Amino acid sequence: MTNLIIILLSAVFINNYVLSRFLGICPFLGVSKKLDSATGMSLAVIFVMLIATAVTYPIQKLLLDPNDLGYLQTIVFILVIAALVQLVEIVLKRYIPGLHKSLGVYLPLITTNCAVLGVTILNIDEGYTFVEAMVNSLGSGLGFMLAMVMFSGVRSTIEGSDVPKSFQGLPITLIAAAITSLSFLGFGGVIENLFA
Amino acid sequence: MNTLKNFTKGLIKENPVLVLVLGTCPTLATSTSVINALGMGAAATIVLLCSNVVISALRKVIPDKVRIPCYIVLIAGFVTMVQMLVKAFAPALDEALGIYLPLIVVNCIILGRAEMFANKNKIFDSAIDALGMGVGFTLALFLMAAIREVFGNGTFCGLAIPVLADNHISILTMAPGGFLVFGLLIAAVNKFGTYKPKKKEFGCEGCPQADACGKSSCSQAAEEVADND
Repeated sequence: MTNLIIILLSAVFINNYVLSRFLGICPFLGVSKKLDSATGMSLAVIFVMLIATAVTYPIQKLLLDPNDLGYLQTIVFILVIAALVQLVEIVLKRYIPGLHKSLGVYLPLITTNCAVLGVTILNIDEGYTFVEAMVNSLGSGLGFMLAMVMFSGVRSTIEGSDVPKSFQGLPITLIAAAITSLSFLGFGGVIENLFA
Repeated sequence: MNTLKNFTKGLIKENPVLVLVLGTCPTLATSTSVINALGMGAAATIVLLCSNVVISALRKVIPDKVRIPCYIVLIAGFVTMVQMLVKAFAPALDEALGIYLPLIVVNCIILGRAEMFANKNKIFDSAIDALGMGVGFTLALFLMAAIREVFGNGTFCGLAIPVLADNHISILTMAPGGFLVFGLLIAAVNKFGTYKPKKKEFGCEGCPQADACGKSSCSQAAEEVADND
């Protein structure tokens, strides 16, 4: 149990996907302007990460590994994720229209989000069990959400401030991201010692 | 189309990283040292060259409706090949690049060039375009990595630099330094660029869902959702 908590907390704070692993930077910079779109996008990412792990993990362990097909990992995973996202969108639209309305638009956007493919591959690389892999995916998704929500607050402050001409737009956003990421460095070492 | 112009546009005028702002994730992640950056640049260039050539050769065969899945399969195939080659001949590089090597599949530059260039141009032109873009990507990575390694670690390609080695700013090689240097570089491009910079927005050029989505950018799509609520 402690093991799972450590995996969860380190995925959220220490190895934060956006701020320390640099995965999913495009949506992080693109969709973080408003709080509600940032939340919607993050919920969709958490959802897809969990489903993608639940599907790709058994494929790797039961299909690819026993048949010595480990080298097909990249091709199989990206195709499975792409197909899965389409499928989820269709199912949601038909059966849970409410959820589709709030997550639907973001779903297609995250098919090729490197955070989703990244989490599925990392789960295999780290040698996690199925439960650990699911917990890690949940933590990674929550970490993504934390970064997005925090950063949308930072950005609304930037919007209203007087920025030098050449820094307007992307450059100042990146520098703000640097400072946000700096604050996450402070978590390093905390989690391990918490349970030591 | 003028071959030379076709090649050089990727280097500066349409530099994929600093001007088009595509492929941000690998840029930030692998620019901690010059060697890693060059390795990543070379790997991405090889994949880009192969995928552009094959997609251009097959542009009349692949049906328009399923072109994106076809491109992704082709790209993933080349990525797997490069991954195996790197593992066999440069295990240290494989270790250093780690997860970012298979993630070349979702690098927007590659899908973006397939969609924007290779599927409407001849094989030779597509190959030149891929080389230009690949070298442009590598140059941008090299520039960032050089800044981060020289000032952050006091070394260049692993060789210690006399004064800087004792006074290095380690934060530059860590995550915040990546964002900071990238931001400063883009600001410098805005300031000293000889042409008027386009509005920098994360566009849909590399996004395989662009057709289905129909918005001009992810943030626009998001704003419309926010407005509808």
